[in-house]
Amino acid sequence: MSGVREIVAAVPDPELPVVTIEQLGILRDVRVGDGGQVTVDITPTYSGCPAMDAIRADIVAALAGQGIDTVDVRTVLAPAWTTDWITPDGRTALEEHGIAPPGPAPAGGAVTALTLTVRCPHCGSPDTRELSRFGSTACKALWVCRACQEPFDHVKAL
Amino acid sequence: MRDRYALALGDDALVLAQRLGEWVARAPELEEDVALANIALDLLGQARTLLTYAGELEGAGRDEDVLAYWRDDRDFRNVLLVELPNGDFAVTMARQLLFAAYQYELYDRLRASTDDTLAAVAGKAVKEVHYHRDHATQWVLRLGDGTDESHRRMAEGLRAVWPYADELFDGDDVTAALSAEGVAVDPATLREPWTAYVGGVLAEAGLEPPADATPRRGGRRGLHTEQLGYLLAEMQHLHRSHPGVTW
Repeated sequence: MSGVREIVAAVPDPELPVVTIEQLGILRDVRVGDGGQVTVDITPTYSGCPAMDAIRADIVAALAGQGIDTVDVRTVLAPAWTTDWITPDGRTALEEHGIAPPGPAPAGGAVTALTLTVRCPHCGSPDTRELSRFGSTACKALWVCRACQEPFDHVKAL
Repeated sequence: MRDRYALALGDDALVLAQRLGEWVARAPELEEDVALANIALDLLGQARTLLTYAGELEGAGRDEDVLAYWRDDRDFRNVLLVELPNGDFAVTMARQLLFAAYQYELYDRLRASTDDTLAAVAGKAVKEVHYHRDHATQWVLRLGDGTDESHRRMAEGLRAVWPYADELFDGDDVTAALSAEGVAVDPATLREPWTAYVGGVLAEAGLEPPADATPRRGGRRGLHTEQLGYLLAEMQHLHRSHPGVTW
């Protein structure tokens, strides 16, 4: 059953389909029991992330497609998700699709005012500004590039 | 005892989420529609976990939906502040500042709870609430230190919600017993850091904390303002008209 984790890890995030749930860091664990039953731990990006039900269903469907029907998907809250868990290839995939990846998460568990600039994922300019701290999904903010004038999503460091 | 604590914190988050949701498609600008909806969503997520936990602890078979949709106003334990009508945008931002500043200090300390579930909820939520507090802070500064009209409205908004701040720091038998065990945070300990933060924002915004406010309280005992009934009627209507409905 060594392929079970790979099957689950390849499930795309429903709201950021350019990355998988593993690349996003929300897949925490996959365990296969003696009887072949699979237990998957996932964690939400934000408490109210509405994609959790869809992710759960996608995991069950992906495993069912490989003939695995005994699946328990659990939601774990601790430790709390941080954008530091987004993998390097996940960051690259986000940037290639016009979404600026987050900087390092602030230490101490709470966010502090960001001082690092966010590079435009379209033209690469560092001359950008925040339009709104809240964007199209809970985990993103809306930015705009002063150089190329294009708006873009930025995954907030958390 | 723990179920009552989780219920009170869950009700705070649930009722404010419902209030903020009323702004969607009515906010002063599109970005604020999105921001307030996002904040409401964070609060709803916190409420779902807290109410689910309260139901499990109670052991009477009530899940998050039963608790949200089948209790009447006298059984809700939220503070009065979160049920206040939205008013204009300045009233909402004043309420957001007062509540997010309180919730931030609360969750920051609740992370160290000896109760694993409460600690996990708080550890996750404190990061979200930091954004909520920052959002409210930026608007209070912008409106308070803006034009004559924005300043006047921000000052009025502050006056409208200020009487409801004291209740945030009221303890009761639940918080007394649970804070002694390290499960809960004694609300009285939050007043000083809250006052420091809110006072700092108001000073920078050129606003005075209203001095003559008569404190209003009662929500933690189920004694609510008339406004909660209207809010619940809207929130609960579908589930009560079609019991057990899912989609």
